[in-house]
Amino acid sequence: MKLELQGMTKKFGSVVANDNISIVFEPGKIHSLLGENGAGKSTLMNLLYGLYQPDEGRILLDGEEVSFSGPSDAMAAGIGMVHQHFMLVPVFSVAENVVLGNEPTNLLGVLDLATARQRVKEISARFGFNIDPDALIEDLPVGMQQRVEIVKALARDAQVLILDEPTAVLTPQETDELMEIMRQLAGEGTSIVFITHKLREVKAVADIVTVIRGGKVIDSVSPETDVAKLASLMVGRDVDLTVSKAEAKPGAPILQVRNLVIVDERQQRVVDNVSLDVRAGEVLCIAGVEGNGQTALAETLLGLRSVQGGSILLSGQDITHSRVKDVLEAGVGYVPEDRKKDGLVGDFTIEENFMLDGSYSQPYVKGLSIDFESRHEHSRNLIEQFDVRTPSSTTLAKKLSGGNQQKVVVARELSRDLKLFVAAQPTRGVDVGSIEFIHESIIKTRDSGIPVLIISTELDEVYGLADRIAVMYRGKVVGIVPPTISREDMGQMMAGIVPAGVAA
Amino acid sequence: MTVVKEILSTGPTKAFLSILMGFVVGALFMIVSSEDVGEALQVGGLGDAARAALMTVAEGYGALFRGSIFNARADDLVTAMRPLTETLRLAGPLIAAGLGISLGFRVGLFNIGGNGQMVFGILWATWISTRVEMPLVIHMVVAVIVAILGAALWGALVGFLKARTGAHEVILTIMLNYVAISLFTWFIRSPNLLQAEQAGGTPKAEAPALTAQLPQLFPGSYSLHLGFVLALLATLTYWWLMERSTIGYRFRMVGHNPHAARTAGISVERTYIWAMGTSAAFVGVAGANQALGTQVGYTETIHANIGFDGITVALLGGGNAWGILFAGLLFGAFKAGGPQMQVIGVSPEVLDIVQGAIVLFIAAPPLVRAIFRLPALSSTPTLDRLRARLGRRDKAA
Repeated sequence: MKLELQGMTKKFGSVVANDNISIVFEPGKIHSLLGENGAGKSTLMNLLYGLYQPDEGRILLDGEEVSFSGPSDAMAAGIGMVHQHFMLVPVFSVAENVVLGNEPTNLLGVLDLATARQRVKEISARFGFNIDPDALIEDLPVGMQQRVEIVKALARDAQVLILDEPTAVLTPQETDELMEIMRQLAGEGTSIVFITHKLREVKAVADIVTVIRGGKVIDSVSPETDVAKLASLMVGRDVDLTVSKAEAKPGAPILQVRNLVIVDERQQRVVDNVSLDVRAGEVLCIAGVEGNGQTALAETLLGLRSVQGGSILLSGQDITHSRVKDVLEAGVGYVPEDRKKDGLVGDFTIEENFMLDGSYSQPYVKGLSIDFESRHEHSRNLIEQFDVRTPSSTTLAKKLSGGNQQKVVVARELSRDLKLFVAAQPTRGVDVGSIEFIHESIIKTRDSGIPVLIISTELDEVYGLADRIAVMYRGKVVGIVPPTISREDMGQMMAGIVPAGVAA
Repeated sequence: MTVVKEILSTGPTKAFLSILMGFVVGALFMIVSSEDVGEALQVGGLGDAARAALMTVAEGYGALFRGSIFNARADDLVTAMRPLTETLRLAGPLIAAGLGISLGFRVGLFNIGGNGQMVFGILWATWISTRVEMPLVIHMVVAVIVAILGAALWGALVGFLKARTGAHEVILTIMLNYVAISLFTWFIRSPNLLQAEQAGGTPKAEAPALTAQLPQLFPGSYSLHLGFVLALLATLTYWWLMERSTIGYRFRMVGHNPHAARTAGISVERTYIWAMGTSAAFVGVAGANQALGTQVGYTETIHANIGFDGITVALLGGGNAWGILFAGLLFGAFKAGGPQMQVIGVSPEVLDIVQGAIVLFIAAPPLVRAIFRLPALSSTPTLDRLRARLGRRDKAA
């Protein structure tokens, strides 16, 4: 089915999220939408999927104008969407999930699960998906869950399949498999819309690339276009994708984690006997596919989770069971993985956000009162020093772009007196310009002799920043390797296998 | 909580429009229930009915004005000013309770246990004011403090149970309302506890000792007492606490985003306990107003439902000290003016309807925006669809 967008415009207040966007998605083609976070890709797809109503513009399916008042209309018209965050019910089986919202019933109105199961089997066999229709979603690995989402769309005869940042949660191997599936689907005539900001993947799989920036279509180019060119189209200027840094001069180990065990609410060992050191003046990166215990490890370092075994020492001081406040006061800077949830208060001003973990002491507080003057001055300095692009220091944090929000968090943490800096996904959802800045700040911190622990699922970032890489899989550290390791070997380790010849 | 947050972000314009709409709704009720209008319609037709309707509304709200602000029909200025002092007297507890409920909202807590908290504070204040002898001034001060502390404890208990067991504060506060009010009833039914000597078998407390009563501010016919000053002090305290102090800053942080607060090293559980206690302490000021502002004995209904009225005040006040002060004064005026409306034959329940309608308009922002064509703050799928539908109707019309 040929999908055509003509002059799509969507405004939120004075912000134009989509500005007169026209694109044609041809059947049998993998069409990549490339753009930074906040470029307007998701808004466009939500318009297409009926979640938003366009202010202007038309959607044509095979030349006929359509309008969707909700996802069910879009689905009925043959548009399927696989969201970045899966829309599956964890305690339901694959078959139940696939038919949810469109359940086949018998004459009495009772759910006809046999038909559902059959449908899953058919689709699964046709594409070699190897999915058990009776497996519960919560028991499936992430890559498999994504396939369930795809089956769900295909079971409703989706002729246009939208994949929104589908590789964010996958290992390199799973990513390769997904790309294979995409090619196969395209081969059968489905139009694939592949939304991403990862240049490597675009080059590997797309037939045509449309670059979106600032809500506008910048250009449609062939995937043969070289990476630097694609990057500059995406960002609007030439960018340097490598992190420049000098050789690390590691000192004594400051953070010492020994045999750490963390059990979560579901009695799973999310961190399983982890030991590692971070030395002064080095960056240790923890790599791994999302959900392999890295988040729990970071949260535990800060004291947000209770420890079931092992110990954490900071400069020899035992902080294994310390409260968050004490850990912060001991000099741990912490950038949480989900800044909107854990790192910022969206309805607070930038100034208020700077003092989140400083509400007990100077320079923000005098006695029991907030020292507004000193806070204002301090904030202005931080905004300048960390290049936060904002109309004023009293702008609400939620009004800032992702990159500037992250700069606020990083500025706040780095402005304290630190003994250790921990940052989880420091550049997730951050524009390329801010990524450069944040990476520089991290390296500067390292060079000032502070040990840095970075948790990242972005391999490019890991390779760019790390002096050493610890790879985690299912709560364990598979190995600690130098950043000279090949991407193939890294992929193996992220799947829990230590390749021959790698000294882990 | 996002709805409450949006309601609390009410600006003055919207509050004003909502009040206006509330009065319009009240006027409609007056017209519909007026016999004059009905008669005029039958006898003289539409024109007469419209005139009669206008008269009814003007008389009704005129009575409200006479009863709550200035009575021009009075013989002398002192009497003419009396309604205003009554408004202030009745606004005192509403303001204090509104501040307390509002504080809860800003920490993300829905405190609907104001009545129970007031009564638990009043229980101890009654004991001090009727069973203990103390010198002038000191007696009153101690009684006020005890009323506040008692209420604060009852509120902190809710915070404690929430933090400990994860129970929802709405359930806890409702249930503890029953406990506190029944407990107080038992106390004032038992002669050896707090029952008044001449009460016989009925539950009734003694009038507070003269030394413990909140003194009247003006000599003569005005019954306005120190309670209003306490409410003003509470307003100032609330403003400093929520806008200036680090305690209020942490309260707001937890209210907006408990996850970020936890990550910033703040014990969210402990904050809930303190916030519920502080919220109830303000409500306790309303309790002191009620129990120590009277010169006669009282029963367990002394709370006068101010714990619930405080929710309305908080919602109209928009979380802001001065907004709450204004809202308390407005609803205090309603209370003071009600009887005057009754005198001219308008049911004073009309004022409850006005009050309810005002809050409804505040609490239904999309509706208000749709009516007044105000620009929306944000876009959501539901709003989008609603707007698309309204837009379509416009074009058709």
